[in-house]
Amino acid sequence: MAYVTDRKRVEGLGSAKTGTEQHWTMTVTSVALLILTPFFLWIIGGLLGQPHEAVVASLSRPVPALIVGAFLVVGLHHMRLGMQVLIEDYTRGLSRKIGLIATTILCYALAAGGVVALAQIAL
Amino acid sequence: MVELTLPKNSRIRTGKTWPKPEGATNLRKFQIYRWNPDDGENPRVDTYWVDMDSCGPMVLDALIKIKNEIDPTLTFRRSCREGICGSCAMNIDGINTLACIYGMDEIKGDVKIYPLPHMPVIKDLIPDLTHFYAQHASIMPWLETKTQRPEKEWRQSIEDRKKLDGLYECVMCASCSTSCPSYWWNGDRYLGPAALLHAYRWIIDSRDEATGERLDDLEDPFKLYRCHTIMNCAKTCPKGLNPAKAIAEIKKMMVERQL
Repeated sequence: MAYVTDRKRVEGLGSAKTGTEQHWTMTVTSVALLILTPFFLWIIGGLLGQPHEAVVASLSRPVPALIVGAFLVVGLHHMRLGMQVLIEDYTRGLSRKIGLIATTILCYALAAGGVVALAQIAL
Repeated sequence: MVELTLPKNSRIRTGKTWPKPEGATNLRKFQIYRWNPDDGENPRVDTYWVDMDSCGPMVLDALIKIKNEIDPTLTFRRSCREGICGSCAMNIDGINTLACIYGMDEIKGDVKIYPLPHMPVIKDLIPDLTHFYAQHASIMPWLETKTQRPEKEWRQSIEDRKKLDGLYECVMCASCSTSCPSYWWNGDRYLGPAALLHAYRWIIDSRDEATGERLDDLEDPFKLYRCHTIMNCAKTCPKGLNPAKAIAEIKKMMVERQL
């Protein structure tokens, strides 16, 4: 039992003076994904069952490559922000910090890997 | 912090079944959470039978009848009995509400009554609200001005006064905050729907001159942005208010001053 007043407990370390930027970025990436996802599904859906040459040819064209690339980058950035909220909601202390670092590495590694793979196909 | 199971000393056991009142024909069964900090026992659920022919229509009427006629040790807060003081907030039939304005005709089957969820219990149906009140105090629930005080009152247009409707009616019963999963898990840092509704009430008040400072204080990933628009607050509010909308309005103002 710590002899701390309730007001002191509520004030904590004060306002972090951050949070709106993440909230706004989540909103913007949500809108972007709302536009990109149907195009991404349309492109990838159309390639299902196609021979390798047709897939390479399709993703070598600038517009499909741009849409798939943008979907990967925006989607994984959105995922990182969403995972951050989830981790902050449900964990504390060291596990929160480890979770945030691991999620950041995972999401950006997936985005980078996806872009490199797309570049190898397209170029 | 997320806790999906109750600690051992908080697990609820079956309690005492009190005798049915003699000669009564219109009986209703009540299952009520009991916990006494002085006996060292786990919480229990006691069963009471109430004669509805001699009982008022609201859940609080039945609780008062039980306390007066069956078990005087049953402990709960109550005062105004008309939904103004917010004292008798409790979980009735799975919903956080005010016992004084919740009719028993709205409940099917047994009447199950528990204290407000996820709060420390002082005794029986009384939760410890000291942290909740401190959170309310932290948002400066008063008119903050810098201009010299006018000779008469601070004036406000009818249109600006209307903006406070749906906000000023909050009676701080804590039904909304204690229904919010975000408040359950991070109530130590997240201010919760009640305090944020009050914060917005002062932010939007045309007479208040501390709007920027108020927004600065809320600019925090936990104080404000733990709200994920779950909407339990709006669903449960016994006064029919919408704290989730007030929180969304604060978020909109936060974005507006950055873009």
